[in-house]
Amino acid sequence: MELFEHLALGFSVAFTLENLAYCLLGCLLGTLIGVLPGIGPVPTIAMLLPITYVLPPVAGLIMLAGIYYGAQYGGSTTAVLVALPGETSAVVTVLDGHQMARNGRAGAALALAAIGSFFAGCVATVLLAGFAPPLAEVAFKFGPAEYFSLMVLGLIGAVVLASGSLPKAICMILLGLLLGMIGTDVNSGVARYDFGIPELQDGIDFAVVAMGVFGFAEIMSNLELRDQRVDLTDKVGKLYPNAQEFKEAAPAIVRGTALGSALGILPGGGAVLSSFASYTLEKKISKNPERFGKGHPAGLAGPESANNAAAQTSFIPLLTLGIPGNAVTALMIGAMTIHNIQPGPQVMTSHPELFWGLIASMWIGNLMLVVLNLPLVGLWVKLLKVPYRILFPAILVFCTVGVYSLNYNVFDILVTAAFGLVGYIWMKLRCEGAPLLLGLVLGPMMEENFRRALLLARGDYTTFVTRPLSLSLLVLAAVLVLLVTLPSIKKKREETFVEE
Amino acid sequence: MNIRIKNQQDFWSGIMFVLIGVGFALGATKYSMGTAARMGPGYFPFWLGTCLAALGAFVALAATSRKAEETEVERFDWSIILILLGSVALCGLLLDYLGVYISVFLLVFLSSFASHVFNWKVAVINGLFLVGFVWLAFIKGLGLVFPLWPSFIG
Repeated sequence: MELFEHLALGFSVAFTLENLAYCLLGCLLGTLIGVLPGIGPVPTIAMLLPITYVLPPVAGLIMLAGIYYGAQYGGSTTAVLVALPGETSAVVTVLDGHQMARNGRAGAALALAAIGSFFAGCVATVLLAGFAPPLAEVAFKFGPAEYFSLMVLGLIGAVVLASGSLPKAICMILLGLLLGMIGTDVNSGVARYDFGIPELQDGIDFAVVAMGVFGFAEIMSNLELRDQRVDLTDKVGKLYPNAQEFKEAAPAIVRGTALGSALGILPGGGAVLSSFASYTLEKKISKNPERFGKGHPAGLAGPESANNAAAQTSFIPLLTLGIPGNAVTALMIGAMTIHNIQPGPQVMTSHPELFWGLIASMWIGNLMLVVLNLPLVGLWVKLLKVPYRILFPAILVFCTVGVYSLNYNVFDILVTAAFGLVGYIWMKLRCEGAPLLLGLVLGPMMEENFRRALLLARGDYTTFVTRPLSLSLLVLAAVLVLLVTLPSIKKKREETFVEE
Repeated sequence: MNIRIKNQQDFWSGIMFVLIGVGFALGATKYSMGTAARMGPGYFPFWLGTCLAALGAFVALAATSRKAEETEVERFDWSIILILLGSVALCGLLLDYLGVYISVFLLVFLSSFASHVFNWKVAVINGLFLVGFVWLAFIKGLGLVFPLWPSFIG
C-alpha cells in the first residue's frame, strides 16, 4: 500500500542520527518550557526560529514540532503535581489530575496522562498520514479565489472557536493582516508604510512580533502578579495505575482521542478547546459524575488524550493547505518560508522527505516522551523550584539574542521591545495576540490571491461567489459567525470555557 | 447627553482599532490605488484599514450599550514596563559598541530590578551565568557571528 511506502520513507528520514537528536532536543525543550510556567511554546519557537536557519529544513521542523507536543506533556506534569498548568491546554488537567496527586496517586496520574497522550499521538499520526494526501488532492484544484476564501474561512474559524470577544478577535486579525502589508509590495516594488526606514522595507518579521507580544508582554504581566507560592507534591508514588484506574481511564482515552482528532483539524480548535470539550463529555456520560473534580481517572485521561490528539491533527491543515490553525503552526509556516519551502499541497510532492519525515518524527517523539518523561519527573519537579526572578532575565536574553541573530540588526531588537509594550496594552484590553499572528503570517499570501483572483475575473467581485468551491468556503465561514452570535449557542460557548 | 461606558476594555480597544485603521487607510492613499482588475499597492491595505476602523467603531459603540458587560482597564505598572523594555532597548543600542558579553550582562542585571525581590548577588551571578550560556550555546554551539567585545578595544 502507498501509505506504508510513504511511512517507510518517513521513518527512514526520521531515524537518522541527526534527526533523532533534534527530535529529542525538541521534546526535552518542549517539556522544559511546558513545566515552567510563564513561558509557552509560542515565544520558545519564535526564539528558536533563527537557529533553524543553520539547520537542514527537516531537522528544524522536527525540532519545532517536538517543542509543541513536548510542551503539552510538560504542561500536564506540573498541572498534576503542583496544580499549575504550564500550558493553557492543561488547565483542565488540574481538576482531576491534581486531586489524584493529593490522594497519593500522583505517579498513576502521570502515567495515565502519558499513556493517554501516547495513544492519542499514535492514532493522530496515522490519521495525519492517511488524510493528508486526499486533502492535498482537493487543494490542487484550488485557484486564487478558492485560496482567498479558504484563508477567510481559516481565519474566521480560528477565532470563532477561541474564547473571548469575536468582533475584537476579528479586529486583531485585520490588524495582523495590515501589519503584514508593511514592506515592499511584490507586484509594484513600492515600499509600503516604511516611514523612510530601510529596515522596514523587508517587512516586520513575525518572530519579532511573536517574541514581543507573547514573550515580553507575558513576562511583564507575570511580574505584576508577584511570586505565587507553589504547593508542591514531592511524593510521586507508584508509577503504575491499578486495574481499577486503568479500566476507568481506557474508554475515556479512546473518546478523548476521537474528539481531539476531530477538533484539531478545525482551524483554531486546537488543544485548549478539545481538552475542555472532552472533560465536559466525560462528565456528562459518566455514571457517577459527582466523582469528577475529586480525582476521577477519566477526567484526567480524556482531556489529556484529547489535547495531544488535537496538537497533532492541527498539522493537517498546515501541511496540506498551508493554512495555520493556531499561533504555533503559524510559526511553523514561517520556518518553512525561511527555507524557501512554499507551504501548501505541493509540499507533499516536492519535498516528500520533509513531509513524511515530519510525520514519522511525531510518532517517534511521542514515544520518546513516554519513555523519558516518567523517569525524569523528579528532575522536572526540581526545575519548578527555580524562582521567576532568575528565569525571566534568561527569557529576555534568549529573545534579545535570538531577535538579533535574525538579521544581525539592532533595529529588530527595538521593534521587539515596542511590540512588548503594545502586547502589554493588548493584554490589559483583553485583545488576543494569536489572531494577530495568524493575520500577519497570512497577510501577504491573502493579498496575492485576492489580487490574482480579481485579475483573472477582470475586476469582477462576484468571482468569489460564482465559483462553487469558493462560495461554499465563504458560506461555511458565514455560518460559523452566525452560529456563535446566536444567543443560545453564545451561552453554551461561554459555558464551555468557564467549566470548572 | 451622558453615555456611560460600561465596558472600558472594549471601548478603548475599539478606539484603538479605529485610530489604527484610519491611519493605515490614510497611509494607503499615498500609494496608487489602481482598479479592482489591476490593483495598485494601495488598494488592499486601504480596504483592510477601512474595515478595521468600521469594526472598531462597532466594538466601541457596543461597549457603551446598556447591556454591555462591565469591565475596567487595570492599572498599568509603568515601572515594570520601563525597567524591562528599557533594559532590552539599552542592550540593543549598546550591542554594536560594547559587544555581546557586556550588553547581555547589563540586560540581565538591569532587568532584574523589575522583580519585587531584587537581590544584588543573585542578579550578578545570574548575569555571569547567562553570559556564559550565550557564549556556549550561541557563539560556540551555533557559531553565530556577534560583536564580542567593545569596538574600541578589539
